[in-house]
Amino acid sequence: MSLAANPSVDMHARAKALIARKRMLAFALPLIVLAYFVYIFFAFDIAGLAGRMRWDNAVTLVSDTYSYKTHVERNNRTGEIKVAVEGERKGTYNATNYPAWVKVGEDAAVITLDDDGTIEIADDMVRYDVPGFGVIEATQSRTGGVTINLDPATLPDWISYSKTRLTVTTKAARLSLTKARSEVFVYEFGWELFWFTLESPYYGHGLSGILFGERIDPERSNLMGAWQDFWNNAIWRHGDTVWALFETVLMAFLGTFGAAIIALPLAFLAARNFAPLVAIRMAARRLFDFLRGVDGLIWTILLSRAFGPGPLTGALAILFTDTGSFGKLFSEALENVDEKQIEGVASTGAKPLQRYRFGVIPQIVPVLLSQVLYFLESNTRSATIIGAITGGGIGLLLTQAMITQKDWEEVSYYIVLVVLLVMAMDSFSGWLRRRLIKGD
Amino acid sequence: MADLTAVSTGASLDATRAHYMALTRQRRLYGGIMLLVFVLLLASGFGIANDRNAGGFLPGLPHIFDFPADVVSEAWAKRANLPGHLLKALPALIETINIAAVATITGAFGAIILSLLSTNGLAPWPRLIPVFRRIMDLMRALPEIVIALVLIFVLGSGPVPAAIAIAFHTVGALGKLFSEVNENADQKPLEGLASVGATWPQRMMLGLVPQVAPNWFSYALLRFEINIRASAILGFVGAGGIGYELKNAISWGQGKFDEAAAVFILLFLTIVVFDQMSSVVRNRLTHGSMKSDPLKGAAQ
Repeated sequence: MSLAANPSVDMHARAKALIARKRMLAFALPLIVLAYFVYIFFAFDIAGLAGRMRWDNAVTLVSDTYSYKTHVERNNRTGEIKVAVEGERKGTYNATNYPAWVKVGEDAAVITLDDDGTIEIADDMVRYDVPGFGVIEATQSRTGGVTINLDPATLPDWISYSKTRLTVTTKAARLSLTKARSEVFVYEFGWELFWFTLESPYYGHGLSGILFGERIDPERSNLMGAWQDFWNNAIWRHGDTVWALFETVLMAFLGTFGAAIIALPLAFLAARNFAPLVAIRMAARRLFDFLRGVDGLIWTILLSRAFGPGPLTGALAILFTDTGSFGKLFSEALENVDEKQIEGVASTGAKPLQRYRFGVIPQIVPVLLSQVLYFLESNTRSATIIGAITGGGIGLLLTQAMITQKDWEEVSYYIVLVVLLVMAMDSFSGWLRRRLIKGD
Repeated sequence: MADLTAVSTGASLDATRAHYMALTRQRRLYGGIMLLVFVLLLASGFGIANDRNAGGFLPGLPHIFDFPADVVSEAWAKRANLPGHLLKALPALIETINIAAVATITGAFGAIILSLLSTNGLAPWPRLIPVFRRIMDLMRALPEIVIALVLIFVLGSGPVPAAIAIAFHTVGALGKLFSEVNENADQKPLEGLASVGATWPQRMMLGLVPQVAPNWFSYALLRFEINIRASAILGFVGAGGIGYELKNAISWGQGKFDEAAAVFILLFLTIVVFDQMSSVVRNRLTHGSMKSDPLKGAAQ
């Protein structure tokens, strides 16, 4: 009896102890995480973050992604008036193609805004008729600076005024006046000049007009000319962007498959059941650990010193890191192969190489292929990052556009393209995986 | 009769063999063509990459060890400074690891929620499953560097943008893996809990989490290791941590290579240590050891 009772008492005690331990863990784990976050709160200086944060940058960023601004600018020294998209030389309008909302006359411009407000620039005077507020009129002169018709003491907070500068910011526009220039920024929805720049004869024509309408440029057929002007768009640089995307995919492709090709024979040396010598196996494993441990970042730095910036450096950096990863994964797959199949092939009198070809390879190919294709997708992302460091592909365009901090619509264009590219690679590699492994 | 069948099977065997050989030949041909196309793609891709690179492959090849040799020789010449440099870079390293840890914890938390919302049979709103899946796809597709650069512009340089960027990506990456784990969970405990009137959070907490927690933890650990690498890289583009130290030491050029060497060593050691640690823990979690579970031992 005591023999039978003992284990059950024992079991009961053990179960109680286990439950007590689990209960402890259930309370301790969240507490540890909480304590860690408290430490992080101070280590990362989260409290000081609000001070460092630049809301104005965030606002510019967000508004730039879906809108663009057109500058109407009068140089107050020369009296010259210029209308340009984002103030760029490449986006400057000329007398033939001013947008409908601006009338440019002799040393004067009248702008009609979306909210029925009007801004007038004439000589050294600007007049902004704000709906629901009234008329703001200001003049500048070389001696008197900027003067305004309103009482400087009772201005609303969207008007900032000093002797040297007047700035009026409304939803529809932004007006600034200094001694040097009178300037109006008009915001409009969309990405202007995305298809054609102003120099292109196709600017302002719709898709149906280009496809079915009369020949616009006598030199070229409509489709051809439109394609050329789109591809060579000087502001958006679609051609260069596509090349950059291609470079990024190229880096991922060369790096991933190059690594797989190099890693496969090395993996045989590192697998327990194939390695001829323990010393060789250990050496191969340490090589894989080293290649993986050095990491893509360090490989990129080292290799860019030898090969210079470009897609080749990025491809090699991916190749080096992934040779290590693939070597480890492949040798693990090789250690799991079924010996029976190899014996079966050997029993027909197959030589060692034939044993590998018909006994081993068919077993591991699905595993290897699916791993390689997974890596292809994740390396497309890595190639974007490596491109930003080594200078190649879409990563470079992205960092360049960000560093200039001018054209955030280009940044969002590149971001959209990167996301689409990675998603396309994801579904492509998934499709290929299904075709190659399940099919045939 | 017997003779007749023997003849007919012989003939059909020949036909089958011929058919099989034809099929095999066709397969070999297709396989060969695919291999040829693949090799051509690889070769031409290499050629294009080589042309578009600033320096070519062959001219660069002899110089591949120049930079490591410079670094090593300078570090060796000033080897007395090395312990000092290692110590100096240590806070930056801790920051890098912290970024990865915070991002992994918060990312895993988000991934748990999103994965529960997007698993068939578990989701409280089954109609919204495709929506949550697309959200995860999108989060996975955005490279960390994109989010980090945008956030650095808004929040200023520091560890916070990097942590947010990595966490964002982690949610998508882990969410997909977690929902695959969830799909394999046994539904019976959940049904049992539902039958006694448990709410959705209770069913998840008591019925699902005990089943899947080891696998979740194992994937999160693997992510942590990946995130350490990512956080080092983001430091290089201005998010603080060891990557930033590395960039400073390297862009200085000759004269600070001993510092660069110290950072290289630290980074390498960190990655190897966490790599090995996570692989040991994950092995134990997935294969399990008898001793770790007292009830199992008692039941036998």
